[in-house]
Amino acid sequence: MTTSRDEVFSKIRDVLTDALGVDEDEVQAAATLQGDLGAESIDFLDIVFRLEKEFSIKIPKGELFPDDILNNADFVDGDRMTPQGLETLKKAMPHADFTDFEAAPLVSKMPDLFTVNTIITYVENKLAAA
Amino acid sequence: MCDERGPANLTGVNMRWIWIDSFVEFVPGIRASAIKNITLAEEHLHDHFPHYRVMPPTLVIEGMAQTAGILVGEARGFKENVILAKIKRAEFSDYGLPGDQLRYEALVESINENAAMTSGRVLRRGEEIAHVDLIFSHVNQSTRSSEMPDHNFVFTGMFMDLLSQFRQHAKSESTTTHAK
Repeated sequence: MTTSRDEVFSKIRDVLTDALGVDEDEVQAAATLQGDLGAESIDFLDIVFRLEKEFSIKIPKGELFPDDILNNADFVDGDRMTPQGLETLKKAMPHADFTDFEAAPLVSKMPDLFTVNTIITYVENKLAAA
Repeated sequence: MCDERGPANLTGVNMRWIWIDSFVEFVPGIRASAIKNITLAEEHLHDHFPHYRVMPPTLVIEGMAQTAGILVGEARGFKENVILAKIKRAEFSDYGLPGDQLRYEALVESINENAAMTSGRVLRRGEEIAHVDLIFSHVNQSTRSSEMPDHNFVFTGMFMDLLSQFRQHAKSESTTTHAK
């Protein structure tokens, strides 16, 4: 049985309201986890655990939220990502929408890639591959 | 920085920061139960509150964190420091009073190389008085920040003694039972 995007979204909304203590109506598809929903780094661990439980999936370290890209000197030049860094990030996050980020790949804007939509697409991909 | 008395703080001063008395159950990687006897010999109770002495719920959470933290640390061979990262849920329906014995029951919900999630109940005379769910972060050499010591500063002295005492006790009970 396949799970529709609406069903996935509904479950993710529950996960995020519980993990972040936000109201349901704040969890819009385009909302960013850190900027709009106030997530901190520790909350990402919580979200990953809850998603694994809710969808019975396994989320390997760094797959949903890559955490070591910025540590590579080849991938960052001052306040921007290098073309090589951007390509690596896009490969690591096929579930994210890079439309805005590509236009100006500022390191400070990287957290905006982590939206509710990013999680929905990631979970959809995992369920489809299962 | 540490000796048999317990964990040391960052300035090297040993402190007794232990909020469970003993383990009564320990199933590696799955669940653990510990007890805490609340006594008026504990100084802090006389200030919390002067005419109504109750164990502060924050210290009940700490007791659960120690029970669950040792369970999580043991599951990965005490290779990493296990740090309480987030209190997912802490709900209390009653206080623990002097003379009460609290039982902390911790269960591993998920565990991986980065972190662990536990759920827990606090019981008094068999009745649940609190529910405490926690998230722990594993900190090792590659993930520690520069402010943290480079040795295992969590699982020292008294924490390890608690577990070894439980195991010794369980072993001697088993031997006694077999001997009968």
